[in-house]
Amino acid sequence: MALLKVERLEAQYGWIKVLHGLDFAVEEGGITTILGANGAGKTTTLRAVCGMVKTSGAITFDGRRIDGTSTETLVRLGIAHVPEGRGTFVNLTVEENLRLGAYARRERANLAADFARVYQYFPVLNERRRQLAGTLSGGEQQMLAVARALMLRPRLLLLDEPSLGLAPMVVREIFRIVRTINKEERVSVLLVEQNALMALNLADHAYLIETGQVVRSAPAAELQKDDAIRRAYLGY
Amino acid sequence: MRRFPTLPVALALLAVALVLPFMMTGFRLFQFTQVFIYAIALLGLNILTGFNGQISLGHGAFYAVGAYASAIMMDRWSVPFLLTLPVAGLLCLVVGFLFGIPALRLEGLYLALATFALALAVPQILKYFEHWTGGSQGIVLSKPDPPVFLGRADAPLGLKLTPDQWLYFVTLAVLVVLFVLAANLLAGRTGRALVAIRDNAIAAQAMGVNNALYKSLTFGVSAAYTGVAGALSAGAVAYVAPDTFNVFLSITFLVGIVIGGLASIAGALFGAFFIQFVPNWAQEISKAAPWAIYGIFLIVFMYVMPRGIAGFLRLAWVRLARARAGTPARA
Amino acid sequence: MEILFQQIVSGLATGGIYGSLALALVMIYQATDVVNYAQGEMAMFSTYLAWTMLNAGLPYWLTFFATLAIAFVGGLVIERVIIRPVENAPILTIVIVCIGLLVILNSVAGWIYSYIQKPFPSPFPERPIKIGNVVFGAHDLGAIGVTLVVLAFLYVFFRFTTLGLAMRAAAQNPSSSRLCGIRVGWMLALGWGLAAMVGAVAGMMVAPKVFLDPNMMAGILIYAFASATLGGFTSPGGAVVGGLIVGVFENIVGTYIPFIGTELKLTVALALILIVLVVKPSGLFGRAAVHRV
Repeated sequence: MALLKVERLEAQYGWIKVLHGLDFAVEEGGITTILGANGAGKTTTLRAVCGMVKTSGAITFDGRRIDGTSTETLVRLGIAHVPEGRGTFVNLTVEENLRLGAYARRERANLAADFARVYQYFPVLNERRRQLAGTLSGGEQQMLAVARALMLRPRLLLLDEPSLGLAPMVVREIFRIVRTINKEERVSVLLVEQNALMALNLADHAYLIETGQVVRSAPAAELQKDDAIRRAYLGY
Repeated sequence: MRRFPTLPVALALLAVALVLPFMMTGFRLFQFTQVFIYAIALLGLNILTGFNGQISLGHGAFYAVGAYASAIMMDRWSVPFLLTLPVAGLLCLVVGFLFGIPALRLEGLYLALATFALALAVPQILKYFEHWTGGSQGIVLSKPDPPVFLGRADAPLGLKLTPDQWLYFVTLAVLVVLFVLAANLLAGRTGRALVAIRDNAIAAQAMGVNNALYKSLTFGVSAAYTGVAGALSAGAVAYVAPDTFNVFLSITFLVGIVIGGLASIAGALFGAFFIQFVPNWAQEISKAAPWAIYGIFLIVFMYVMPRGIAGFLRLAWVRLARARAGTPARA
Repeated sequence: MEILFQQIVSGLATGGIYGSLALALVMIYQATDVVNYAQGEMAMFSTYLAWTMLNAGLPYWLTFFATLAIAFVGGLVIERVIIRPVENAPILTIVIVCIGLLVILNSVAGWIYSYIQKPFPSPFPERPIKIGNVVFGAHDLGAIGVTLVVLAFLYVFFRFTTLGLAMRAAAQNPSSSRLCGIRVGWMLALGWGLAAMVGAVAGMMVAPKVFLDPNMMAGILIYAFASATLGGFTSPGGAVVGGLIVGVFENIVGTYIPFIGTELKLTVALALILIVLVVKPSGLFGRAAVHRV
């Protein structure tokens, strides 16, 4: 069953149309990735799902229509977005960042348990929990951003180019943790990535978009073997 | 998209302006002269704040320097009025440039605060140097007379000008010259450099723009414009006193450029009309609390035209052009 | 020596008032990048409302807290109704709206209450308090106390409550805050409400000393600017400390340097602003803005 279903999605910034009718879906419990070059509209797609851009088309989450809903409300429905560039609160401590992640939750009783869980995935955050988030390295900030999203106990996790600016080793580590979270907590993931190689390794299903339209939709494994894709996106 | 026909419109307005003084009497004429004076001052501030992004809450200070320079020259050394104008301008150019140098270290809010402090200090400083400035009482001047050949009954073309009309034309002439000068400067490389510094100083520097030099020079030029306006006002009002040049003047200038439209030459003119006439209208609407009405005007204007009158007109023109071209104009 | 202590305490009292108003300015600046030029007039207007209630016979402390509540709601409403339409406009546009608000409040206060100065009562006894050999005004000590209580309340609120954390987050990073489900608009409104409340306290503490009139807060606003500049516009605590320093400094200078009368005291505040800006623009406690390229 598709947790998130997007049909005929169009989006624009002011007068400029960026998405020209996208169709894609994220299966419950699955990891879906959207690939494409710079400017293809990947980030806009995530922002559209989150209610941060003006859109038209149908977005259905868990059976109900959410297009036009505000970002703050969507968070309460269980959609967590880790934005491009991390979006950490650099002048707040790691711990405060995490607390804010849980802000939208109704039942805040088990906060301590959530902290423990998150520190288990990312031990380095526990070490640095009193530090200002701005003093963390890029990789640590990315972990903090994902951890913050997890504090929400989301049903759907949106990841916007998590590999940006990070060393490959760090990216591998983060992707490994995302896979663990997906398996153990049944958090569905929609991953937008430029790094096609790593994304296809992680995902179940992949969509290729070019200038605001889906040009290919297939299981990730299939795309990995596809020569044309390899040449176009992986360069060999 | 068709470009806005600036030149024909400007010439048409100029034609109207040339005819006006013969249709208006003393006080109205004086008000229009004052509008032109404000327009020059506002253009000065707009060059600095609108085009170059350096916020100044203290331009009243340069206005005062120009006014007092002119007044002192006319009063003590009998310098002819017209000659005081370039001298005042030059003086303010230097003062502004010198002020621009320490200002390089200050950004946004901090520059605003520094200039605000300057504006507050001006009346005190003027009163302190009594010997030159005449202290709290200021300096009373006599209105400059038109040159002999225009003042006589047998003037050429039968044009006998009153002092008020003469001042109007002088101001108009200075306005045209300074506006054209600014338009040329801002349309070319200089203008682009200024805007580049405003929008992304670091990138501008990286592309080879000498930020420090441009910013200080802009301060100087901006001060010069406002200083010339001040000098003109010394002639038009025929009186200078410290309390006229208080912090409200500087704030009024800021109001003028925001309402008129930042980074717009025409905006300076729109803003000047606003700051000259709207307080009067507010007074007519409510004798008891005129400033409350003025405040309401300010707020409503900002709601309807957040980018000022010039910004609003620009947007309207774009929408009009798009509608004509057939592209559906979207919100 | 006694005079020095007296002047220091008196300076701390006025300094607390400057610092409170400076705090209000910094709170809003941190959230919106805009300096609310109408902060002083909002405080003045709140004080006039208090005066109306006192005149109607209400007891002082009831009036005090009622005024705080009204100021809070007023600040909140002003943000939601008057500032919200321009919240995404260029900064100078918002500045003009604040100036408009300033002018409206000043004018309306003058219209309703006239420009004649009115006395405003202090909740503290008239009799001076003697500590050791030194005599202090009870109002001065009381004002310091009230300021401290208000600041303590705010500190606890922002540091230890979730709502306070959310407000800090919304001020620093609105888009990330939205992603956490924080309604940023309402956080801003709350900020304005709290700032107005702090301003009202400042107004009610200063009115007994300078008499109530529509232009009462104008000079104090300038001292508040000096305080916030000295302490740092990015540091709420710094703004308060800045206020205390300015208050004490102003008093000492006024007492010991004979030719500095009221007019020149203002110039001293201005000189202070300029010196701080030239030497260290971000103030004593502020953080220098770091721009990532």
